[in-house]
Amino acid sequence: MIVGVKILPREEVLDSQGRAVENTLQQHNYTINGCRVGKYIQLNVEASTEDEALKKAKEITEFVLINPLVETFQLEIV
Amino acid sequence: MKRVGVVRFLGTNCDRDVFKAIEQVGHTPEWLWYEDSFEVSKYEALVIPGGFSYGDYLRSGALAAKAPVMNSVSEAAKKGVPILGICNGFQILCEAGLLPGVLIKNEGLRFIDQWVKLNLQTPLKSWGGSEIDKCEIPIAHGDGCYFLEPESLKKVMDQDQIWMTYDKNPNGSVADIAGVTNKNKNVAGLMPHPERAMWDWMGSSSGTNFFEFI
Repeated sequence: MIVGVKILPREEVLDSQGRAVENTLQQHNYTINGCRVGKYIQLNVEASTEDEALKKAKEITEFVLINPLVETFQLEIV
Repeated sequence: MKRVGVVRFLGTNCDRDVFKAIEQVGHTPEWLWYEDSFEVSKYEALVIPGGFSYGDYLRSGALAAKAPVMNSVSEAAKKGVPILGICNGFQILCEAGLLPGVLIKNEGLRFIDQWVKLNLQTPLKSWGGSEIDKCEIPIAHGDGCYFLEPESLKKVMDQDQIWMTYDKNPNGSVADIAGVTNKNKNVAGLMPHPERAMWDWMGSSSGTNFFEFI
C-alpha cells in the first residue's frame, strides 16, 4: 500500500525556499498571499489495512523523514 | 598525546584536514567508518568533520545521524567523551539528538564562504577551553542558520549551553549562535571550520587551539 507523506516547514520557521519562489512569482506579476515549499515522499509499505499502513508510515516519518523542530507532516493513502 | 577518533561518512570532505590538524598539534587521529561500531574506551575524544554526508539528502545530517557508527558515538556521549561536530558534523549531532536545535537554510538563501570572528560564551574543558575567545576562522555552509523555538532557547541559555556566537551574524542564526553544547558540556557543535585556520599562511592559526586542548 502506498502512503504519501506531505512535509511542510513550520509556520514559525523562515522558509527560505518559499520566500525565493514567492519573490520570483511577484516579479512576474503573479499576486499570491504566500508560498511555502516542502516535500512529498511516497512510502510503499506492507500492510493489509489502511490503518495499519498509516500507522507504519507515521512511525517511519517520525523516525527520520521529518524534524519536528522545523517541520510538520500529513499522511494520505495514495 | 591523545587518541582521537575521526568519523567518516560517505560525502564527508573535511576529514583529511581534521586528521592533519589533530596530528599537527601532537595528538593521534584514527579513522572511524560510518558502517562500523567502535570500542568507545579506545578514544579520548571524537571529531565528526564537515562535508555533505549522504549528499545532504532529506535534511543535512539526517541520514548520517541514523548510520551504525552513531550508536557508538551516542554511547561515547553518554560516557562523557569529548565530541566535536564541525559544520556537517554539527548538523549530524543535532539530528541525532545529541545537541539541541537544528540547522536550516541560511537566512540570505546563499551558500556563505567567509572569515568570521567568534565570541566565546561558555568555555568548555575541551576544544580550546578559554583560549578561543575572539578567534577568527572560516565558515562555508548553506544550511548554517541555527534554529530553536524561544522556549527551548531560554532553556539552552539558562543551562549555559551556548558555546560560541558570531560577532556579526552571517546566516540568521537565533541569538547569533555559532556553536552549542549538550547539558553535560562534553558534546559540542560548531559551524565554522577551525581545521581551516591552522597556519598563518592559511589566513590565521587560531584554529590550533581547538585541537591542542582536547
